[in-house]
Amino acid sequence: MANTDIEARKQELLNQGYTEVYTKTKVLTDAVMHYCPGCGHGTTHRLIAEVIDEMGIQDKTVGVSPVGCSVLAYNYFDVDFQEAAHGRAPALATAIKRLNPDTFVFTYQGDGDLAAIGTAETIHACNRGENITMIFVNNGIYGMTGGQMAPTTLIGMKSATTPYGRRVDLNGYPLRITELISTLPGTYYVTRQSVQNPAAVRKAKAAIRKAFENQKLKKGLSFVEILSNCNSGWKMTPVQANKWMEDNMMPNYPIGDIKVDGKLVENVDVNRLAVDHPLTVMQ
Amino acid sequence: MAKELKLMKGNEAIARAMIASGTDGYFGYPITPQSEVMETLMAEKPWEDTGMVVLQAESEVASINMVYGGAATGKKVATSSSSPGISLMQEGLTYLAGAEIPCLIVNVMRGGPGLGTIQPSQSDYFQSVKGGGHGDYQLYTLAPASVQEMYDFVFDAWDIAFKYRNPVLILSDGAIGQCMEKLYTRDYIPRWTEEERRKNAPWGTWGKPANRPHNIITSLELESSRQEVFNHKLQAKYAEMKEKEVRYEMLNCEDADYIFVAYGSSSRIAMKAMQMAREKGIKVGLFRLITLFPFPTKQLAEVAKHVKGILCVEMSAGQMIEDVKIATSCGVKTEHFGRFGGIIPTPTEVLEALENKIIK
Amino acid sequence: MTEEIIIAGFGGQGVLSMGKILAYSGVMQDKEVSWMPSYGPEMRGGTANVSVIISDERISSPIINTFDTAIILNQQSLDKFEHSVKPGGLLIYDPNGITHEPTRKDINIYKIAATAKAQELGISKVFNMVVLGGFLKLKPIVDKQYIHEGLEHSLPQRHWNLIPQNEEAIEIGKGLIEPVQTL
Repeated sequence: MANTDIEARKQELLNQGYTEVYTKTKVLTDAVMHYCPGCGHGTTHRLIAEVIDEMGIQDKTVGVSPVGCSVLAYNYFDVDFQEAAHGRAPALATAIKRLNPDTFVFTYQGDGDLAAIGTAETIHACNRGENITMIFVNNGIYGMTGGQMAPTTLIGMKSATTPYGRRVDLNGYPLRITELISTLPGTYYVTRQSVQNPAAVRKAKAAIRKAFENQKLKKGLSFVEILSNCNSGWKMTPVQANKWMEDNMMPNYPIGDIKVDGKLVENVDVNRLAVDHPLTVMQ
Repeated sequence: MAKELKLMKGNEAIARAMIASGTDGYFGYPITPQSEVMETLMAEKPWEDTGMVVLQAESEVASINMVYGGAATGKKVATSSSSPGISLMQEGLTYLAGAEIPCLIVNVMRGGPGLGTIQPSQSDYFQSVKGGGHGDYQLYTLAPASVQEMYDFVFDAWDIAFKYRNPVLILSDGAIGQCMEKLYTRDYIPRWTEEERRKNAPWGTWGKPANRPHNIITSLELESSRQEVFNHKLQAKYAEMKEKEVRYEMLNCEDADYIFVAYGSSSRIAMKAMQMAREKGIKVGLFRLITLFPFPTKQLAEVAKHVKGILCVEMSAGQMIEDVKIATSCGVKTEHFGRFGGIIPTPTEVLEALENKIIK
Repeated sequence: MTEEIIIAGFGGQGVLSMGKILAYSGVMQDKEVSWMPSYGPEMRGGTANVSVIISDERISSPIINTFDTAIILNQQSLDKFEHSVKPGGLLIYDPNGITHEPTRKDINIYKIAATAKAQELGISKVFNMVVLGGFLKLKPIVDKQYIHEGLEHSLPQRHWNLIPQNEEAIEIGKGLIEPVQTL
């Protein structure tokens, strides 16, 4: 439906006495998202767009999209955008911000992009304390290429390249890159959130807002991990996938702040890994 | 800084030209024999003076992608490296070409393959002008043969890069990089103001004002028919470069029976060999390539019509010779002479090669 | 006039800076110059050498394999470069540490005991300028005033107070050089 049609239909409904409860954020474009229904990318996009809108920084924001499911993120955000080679978004963002210190720069990456092929760029951008916002969507799998093992795939979890489940002796451990970068002095704010229910969405939005506010205050690097399901890659319905994520991803990737205002949060053990956690059955 | 007469290394000349030509950013990673580029920039601290950003990256992979990020905001951004580092950058180069981002890359070549040697070589010709990365793309490639050209070509690079929205490669080698020669510096060109940036790079991603659609820098096009159209556009751009931006130098070619074809430091050695040949009464000329892409195909073909033989001199196993043969349609006896692996041929060897391979 | 020179010795003997001061002096006198060093691991405590060309005409190759003059400061360099001097050319060497004297009969050979003299006078830091003085005595290809300018441009400003000492060393070298074999 064209934009004008949408506006006309909306007006018609309002005239009939309906109340507007939900509307598209102006920082998102009218392009129809290609994400699978139920996937966390769409919600995460919306939260970032809302924050940009609410902070009034649309004209100063430059985003960097990865290679992976969110490669086309530039089509959905109505801000200037660069599309990076696989894993290199933090390098692009480093230069964008250093050459244009008045802009707000954010990267948007998945687990394969940020924690496998782009590990070096991730760690060094974090370690330099670049004054940028990094958004990391972790669904434990390579979604776009068809569900292969990611660095964050859980032990025992099935994927196209671990058809009998991930084995430590063969594939090593799931990489908790968020905990890892939290130990670097260059990171100022490190948190893990999720978007599977309204309460989680509200917390995730607050985290993204904080990450952008930190950039405004020139505090250094803010890093927000968003746990997401990959219902098509996991071969589940969206509802099952969210349940599975809560039961299996969250024990390994606990939700909450890891580092706030440059200080590790008390009682957060960044070395902890739930290796003994038995997976609930995957379909 | 105003015009001055200096004695300077080629690598230092590159760095000083970057500052003087209004470059906004440099991102690099140390590698012999070009580390003086970043060392000079760090010592000069241009961020205090012109506002130029200089950063040592964690790898060449990162530095070329920093070039991508910075240059895609419509600023003049450069990097430099040597052969193994340039190999690591190939992914970035094809993305830069594919996203049509103007920028400057300097390769101070050393011998390969692999880690090879740190001594001068010219064995990256194919990598520079025949792809290197994937896809149909070209880098405008300048081959300086003196310290003065190392300096001047940085200024020229920015003109071409922004005129065509294309990466420019300065292909040098360890000999020119490490050599000190006389250099006339130029008056400083200030870095672009915000208004100039917006005028010269309206496609840049610096933050979307309310009065324009968002700018997107990408090399992705999932729709094949549109990707083909885009590829035609790139090819048209390269064709225009071939038409308008070819550069070369001819010395003593008018009456020459034989010519050397060479670029960079090999052309200097060939020039000495030419002088030695002329002293012996052999009429030798030198056709020096300045642009490797676009290759001076027509101009070389014209010269080749009246010579008896061509000796291609290159510090490689014979790469440039393929383009020389294409230019002349193999219509004249053409041979290669080169040393490689970091060995620089002597003028005497070059002259002997001419006598043994061509004249005999 | 074209003078093609190789200066060779141990790293740390001031080989590269001697070449640079000579080349910069040439620039100041509006000559064409080139300065081409050996570089890389061989310089770490090993031998160092630099080719310097000073000419009235455009210089073709900065990389050369025969020389009008070889200035030699250790045995390895003598072994390496004695045969690269053009017939009728000039070889200057410091006898310090030399165990095998040069044997060519078709070149001019001079020696300059710069190491010993510099130690004696306590001016080891400007040893290389003593050697340069010896060379300039035999081949005055750049004028004294331009040497001064060359020193100014080669040395950082904080070391300009050392220029008189460098110039004195050059004068000492001029008096120190002695013929071994002249054609």
